[in-house]
Amino acid sequence: MTTHLLSGNEAIARGAYEAGVKVCSAYPGTPSTEIFESLPQYGDALYCEWAPNEKVATEVAYGAAIGGVRSLCAMKHVGLNVAADPLFTAAYNGVNRGFVIVTADDPSMHSSQNEQDNRRYARAAKVALIEPSDSQECKDFIKEAYRISERFDMPVLLRTTTRVSHSKSLVTFGEREEAEPFAYTRNARKFNCAPANAYRNHPKVERNLAALAEYSNVCPLNRLEMKGTKIGVITASIAYQYAKDVFPEDTSFLKLGLTNPLPMDLIRDFAEKVETLYVIEELEPFMEEQIKAAGIACIGKELVSNMYELNPQRLREMLFGEKPAVKELPVKPASRPPALCPGCPHRGFFYTMSKGKDFVIAGGIGCYTLGANPPLNALDTCICMGGGFSVAMGMAKAFEATGQQKKVFGVVGDSTFFHSGMTGAAEILYNKGRVIPVVLDNHITGMTGHQDNPGSGYTLQGEVAAAIKIEDVLRAYGYEKVIIVDPQDLAAMQRAVDEALASEVPAAIITRRPCLLIKRLKHETGLCVVDPDKCIGCRMCLKVGCPAVMVSGKKSAIDPTQCVGCTVCAQVCPVGAIRRKEEQA
Amino acid sequence: MKTTSAILVGVGGQGAILTAKVLVNGLMKAGFDVKMSEVHGMSQRGGSVSTQVHWGEKVYSPVIGEGAADLMLAFEKMEAVRYAPFLKPDGIAVINDYAMPSATIAAGLEEYPAGCLEAMQANFRCYTLDAAKIALELGNPKCMNIVLFGAMTKALSLDEIDWEAVIRETVPPKFLDLNLAAYRAGRAAAG
Repeated sequence: MTTHLLSGNEAIARGAYEAGVKVCSAYPGTPSTEIFESLPQYGDALYCEWAPNEKVATEVAYGAAIGGVRSLCAMKHVGLNVAADPLFTAAYNGVNRGFVIVTADDPSMHSSQNEQDNRRYARAAKVALIEPSDSQECKDFIKEAYRISERFDMPVLLRTTTRVSHSKSLVTFGEREEAEPFAYTRNARKFNCAPANAYRNHPKVERNLAALAEYSNVCPLNRLEMKGTKIGVITASIAYQYAKDVFPEDTSFLKLGLTNPLPMDLIRDFAEKVETLYVIEELEPFMEEQIKAAGIACIGKELVSNMYELNPQRLREMLFGEKPAVKELPVKPASRPPALCPGCPHRGFFYTMSKGKDFVIAGGIGCYTLGANPPLNALDTCICMGGGFSVAMGMAKAFEATGQQKKVFGVVGDSTFFHSGMTGAAEILYNKGRVIPVVLDNHITGMTGHQDNPGSGYTLQGEVAAAIKIEDVLRAYGYEKVIIVDPQDLAAMQRAVDEALASEVPAAIITRRPCLLIKRLKHETGLCVVDPDKCIGCRMCLKVGCPAVMVSGKKSAIDPTQCVGCTVCAQVCPVGAIRRKEEQA
Repeated sequence: MKTTSAILVGVGGQGAILTAKVLVNGLMKAGFDVKMSEVHGMSQRGGSVSTQVHWGEKVYSPVIGEGAADLMLAFEKMEAVRYAPFLKPDGIAVINDYAMPSATIAAGLEEYPAGCLEAMQANFRCYTLDAAKIALELGNPKCMNIVLFGAMTKALSLDEIDWEAVIRETVPPKFLDLNLAAYRAGRAAAG
């Protein structure tokens, strides 16, 4: 049989296709993004889209499950914080057809603001939790997730971690199964969460969970690998793969795939068969706490840290004290942090901001978070998606209350504006905030790898769509002065900031220039060069923080392989030593 | 049979993904179980990147910690030093004699460390080559990754795999001749 090398994310998409899923909605977020990037290949078999945010995506997918088709939504771990509201109510109401929410957690925070363990959500919301440990399981388990969702009338949370989502392993494909058609009729008692219905629904939730707990003891996703009786390991998700590498050959495993509710009968039987029981899990003691609460002795977080992702070598050291042999080199590498790309349109904005001594800038999640890095150092806070506007509002109110003279800016990207920036923009206007909202519009969701959004003019499938104009939204709210500026023109950028600060009427700024990495656009790139005879070695050009600009000896130099000719460095040079090379005829 | 682990390290945008793809396609053809791990998102923006490939009869973990890689392919020599702790003490390193300053070095905040190559050679069995120069001589600097891959096949000792056939099946036909020449030049340069 043919096998394919797929990432966990690609395998989840394949599994959704094979499970007969018909409606899919998501907002991009590392490490979940590629699930939806690989859905359009299934063409007319399913509908898939980027939603403005995770809450909308969850509601769209849940609506489809009420409407009578199997549906999917996906998000990074913090996305489920945004989508928690519909999740908890969907758990009470139940479904007409299978409804699966993928949450992709990010232990070690490779690309995230925290390492929250979303397994706790399954317990809090009282829904089934399924955890695959490799790509084949991603594909197979999601199919079982739909069966569980329909049989036990509940949403199912499928949880991956970065290493499950982004590791590639071999997968065998199956055929697509079309789900039985469902003829929709109104059932307000089930799907209208009015208090009287919610009151009646709660006992149903408890009954369904109890039935699922029974089923979990015979569920094929929970597997016993009985070998010796000396050591037993209960584990799930990627931790299973690490534990298989670390424990001795004759170790017995209870490998769990359905982890909420836990199969307590299976666990009790297994515990009785082995002399020493370990519970090996990444991050929080989710299983261990429940197992210990059931009076079963086990070893877990006494040895295995609840911080950062595990790997076999780290696990071996924590369990058995065996340090890996590592050679110490006498040379230490310099740091290589991520930076705004050469030609990034955000550079001109943050450079302008870096010059304002009394400026306070509240930001959010995206490439523009990199404006906080040296030498720009032009960001005070980054909390969450859309937080730029509303956190700025609170800070401005605090400054007003204490008489601190500050000029406050709230910053969001274009995708973030549609995600949750719009509500903050309304807040600033409604409650008379002394904040300048700034939208950094680069026409794309950049950091997650270029996904379209309601302002970009294209759908997930790459088809032309209505492009909602950010300026129209802001004007409709009542921002009487909306200044649209090319951030790469530093003089214009400075004028825009001065004008917004001086404005008597509510003002907002949109910096508009597309990301250079958008493939469907033709970009006017070129090359800047330094005239060493003119350069006085003042290093002003280094203050724009461009990876292509460097010092060579006492003079500045520009790396021609990286430079795209944006001229931001040339504009800050006090002696005109940098110019854009004329195109060769 | 035990699992073998390789780690490919460099700077975002140097072409490590295609190199890993050629390697993995060859390993799959030879019937190995294969797992591969990479990290996406923020780290891609000019940052240091690594891709891991593991193969054997049955592979469990898709990722390794320190002191566990049998082989390293470094696209940049300071990145070789950064990931050196991942190599087993008797591991082999294939290193591109090529320096790419980071943003902090370019801005004059840090210096590019001297002696990267020498430190690697003093501690590990190394194959070093100037793949950028070889690629330029072949007429296209972008084939640097396949030059390095050619050198890597010397260190792999997987002579049962016909790598030229794998390259034929993996790279676009337009670039086939260039990539085959790059592979051969890299293999020759590894001595």
